[in-house]
Amino acid sequence: MITKKEVKHIAKLARLGLSEKEIGKFQGELSKILDYIEKLKEVDIKKITPTSYSIEMENVMRGDEEKEKLKTKKDATLKLLELAPETKNGYLKVKSIF
Amino acid sequence: MELTNLTIAQVYQALIKKEFSALELCQAYLDKIKKEDKKVSAFLTINEDFALSQAKKIDDIISTSRGIPLLAGIPCAIKDNILVEGIRCTAASKILENYIAPYDATVIKKLKREGCVILGKTNLDEFAMGSSTENSAFGPTRNPYDLTRVPGGSSGGSAAAVAGNLCVYALGSDTGGSIRQPASFCGVVGLKPTYGAVSRYGLIAFASSLDQIGPITKTVEDCQIVFEAISGKDELDSTSVESKISNLKFQISNLRIGVPREYFIKGIEPEVEKIIKQAIKKYEELGAKIEEIKLPHTEYALPCYYIIAPSEAGANLARYDGIKYGYSTANNPTIQQSNNLIDVYLKSREEGFGAEVRRRIMLGTYALSAGYYEAYYLKALKVRTLIKEDFDQAFKKVDVIFTPVSPTPGFKLGEKITDPLTMYLSDIFTVSVNLAGLPALSLPCGKIGKLPVGLQIIGQSFEENKILTIGEIFEKT
Repeated sequence: MITKKEVKHIAKLARLGLSEKEIGKFQGELSKILDYIEKLKEVDIKKITPTSYSIEMENVMRGDEEKEKLKTKKDATLKLLELAPETKNGYLKVKSIF
Repeated sequence: MELTNLTIAQVYQALIKKEFSALELCQAYLDKIKKEDKKVSAFLTINEDFALSQAKKIDDIISTSRGIPLLAGIPCAIKDNILVEGIRCTAASKILENYIAPYDATVIKKLKREGCVILGKTNLDEFAMGSSTENSAFGPTRNPYDLTRVPGGSSGGSAAAVAGNLCVYALGSDTGGSIRQPASFCGVVGLKPTYGAVSRYGLIAFASSLDQIGPITKTVEDCQIVFEAISGKDELDSTSVESKISNLKFQISNLRIGVPREYFIKGIEPEVEKIIKQAIKKYEELGAKIEEIKLPHTEYALPCYYIIAPSEAGANLARYDGIKYGYSTANNPTIQQSNNLIDVYLKSREEGFGAEVRRRIMLGTYALSAGYYEAYYLKALKVRTLIKEDFDQAFKKVDVIFTPVSPTPGFKLGEKITDPLTMYLSDIFTVSVNLAGLPALSLPCGKIGKLPVGLQIIGQSFEENKILTIGEIFEKT
């Protein structure tokens, strides 16, 4: 069983706000799922290499070259900035850290 | 002539013979959606002007008697986690409620080049996390076969739209069964392509090593047409690869079908088992050889998936921070505490994400956190290897593998939503395929009362054409 303290710790790591009521709810639900996942303990994984991707891939490289023309690039930048909640002088605005 | 129950192949013929125009067809679908989608709720956004103007363009081309591509003028629906430039893309999340896609996904670019008519964006479980489409922030979709039941998920809106004749075909995405399970529940054809066969550029990421975009259609032939249109290597997705087209010449008398005993276990509804076994028998009567096979690590696939998928999701969803785009409490004057950065993160994500998304982010964060990484995440990656090797071994003996898509037909709304683990079990037969990266087809093969049941046909990597051809044999007999 995962503790309430652990739930709070994980939520903070994941940058998720949680109400007191939800802490209890997540504690119960996550514990149940983690119990189910415990099943993997039965599997012998000695000498088994991990698989991150199902297809074999080497690092895929490309040249670091500008592709789009300057004008369309500017449009693209503006489009992205318009999606931001707060901007200033063409920059994203971020609250102070402290 | 009923315009809204035709397949892609039929519409194409009718359009070039000028039996009706693309505009008439598009209008017929828009009218039908207006009338009937109140009950089903398959769509989140309808794209009327854009769809009609696209249809008009196709009519212009047809009137000059130039040839048109197969998909030109054909009304389709797109799962709302795939970006269409200038159209809202929500992933069924409050956090993206007002997000306007700034570019086209590669699959959309390809469909637009074919002259597709996009009717709108379809409902899903928030960020594709779920098996019933009940996790949508904008309300559930209902199964057109029985409105008291779920359409499956997460591509429930797309599957319901195709089944309810609200579009000719749709795109979905599949991370652990999200195309195949709703296709099964809604009695339509769904294909989860080989990992890498279709570009993921412009698909809102859930679990990047598992996600694939694929078609949901009325027939296998349509499925093939859409798959061909959207597949191929894309320099914007470094995990995409050019499909090596497999040799299609095979005789059914040479076909070896594997049936894994681990998929016919306690928990599967007897009626589902009966229908699947009947379908297998039909292939046997046509001359195929049926062999019982073993996939010994099957029972570990679901726990393995529920470590890997949430871990990747936790990392992918870190981008929703209330700063770059999406819902934010930063400029909300009613929230006093949003004075510093951490509060913006915590509050925006608390209010923006629904319960299931937060549950999975927490699970993934736990599995990756210090002290648990090796016991959970690394262990799951090693079990993934074993699951993949099971399939490699099986495919030495057989050409394709037949299983049920899901242990049950579409269940009642509300039946599983309160217990996350019960809901997860709905994907028990589909997640292995994503972990191994294989292609798999969900094919309607029977009904329990009015509820459809799907057969899953699993193939070797890049053998989409083979499983489609095999599926078509069933459809046509």
